[in-house]
Amino acid sequence: MEALAMGGYGAYVWACFGMGALVLIICDWRARVRQRQVYRDIEVRIKALGDTE
Amino acid sequence: MWKFIHQLASPPHFYRIAPKIVPWLAVPGLAIIAYGTYAGLFLAPMDYQQKDAFRIIYIHVPSAYLSLMTYMIMAVSAGIGLIWRIKLSHAVAAAAAPLGAWFTALALATGSVWGKPMWGTWWEWGDPRLTSELIMLFVYFGYMALRAAIDDTVKADKASAVLALVGAVNVPIIHFSVEWWSSLHQGPTLIKEGGPAMDAGMLYPLLAMIFGFTLVFGALLLRRVRSEVLYRERRTRWVKEMILAAEGRN
Repeated sequence: MEALAMGGYGAYVWACFGMGALVLIICDWRARVRQRQVYRDIEVRIKALGDTE
Repeated sequence: MWKFIHQLASPPHFYRIAPKIVPWLAVPGLAIIAYGTYAGLFLAPMDYQQKDAFRIIYIHVPSAYLSLMTYMIMAVSAGIGLIWRIKLSHAVAAAAAPLGAWFTALALATGSVWGKPMWGTWWEWGDPRLTSELIMLFVYFGYMALRAAIDDTVKADKASAVLALVGAVNVPIIHFSVEWWSSLHQGPTLIKEGGPAMDAGMLYPLLAMIFGFTLVFGALLLRRVRSEVLYRERRTRWVKEMILAAEGRN
């Protein structure tokens, strides 16, 4: 518990490490979502073009 | 070497090679961050003035460094795209901006959390380092908003490249603000004459965090550039063939 308390600065220190982890997770998640979105849009467009041909 | 660079700048080649490079950056990057986090939180000695609150630097410094480095990558890529019209350069600039904005926001947020116990305030408008870093965040937002506002990709590339190059003026201002003006923010600790002004026990975890964050950033950037390349090349034959081939396999 002493290590977690960080001499009374625990809330500040852990909040910063939490924010750091959150930013990395969000950046990774956004990159995955964007890739999936672009790929699916192209798939739909190719399929639509194939149907009309 | 030139052949390799020329090949890498080709969108289809980049699209195929990027996912092979990503794990080589992400896995060691995350492992180094894990070590840096453990060492920074539990092994590094306590600062005699700032006590345990100093451990915030293990997130604040890498994010502030990436905020500036990402901007330089964005501005240089935009400049290369503008001068030599290399398609991949504009894709790199466009993909780097959101990452830069996130790391700038993280640097500002962690700096603010550090400021409260150390300076007694979350924010100080008169401080040159804080204000110039906030301007950097607004430049990132402006760059992304400008790109989003222009439908034509070529026009968006040109306009946003000019903005990125103009905004690069802010990078040295941020870096030297603590030397040029009176600031609440502490002066340079790592890059200064006579070497870093830190105990080795504090320094090594910090260097590990900076290196780890850089590797993970590299992996994230490659993945974002890959999506950007796919979007820009969506009407080309190679994309159509690749997607049809993938569908054929499934």
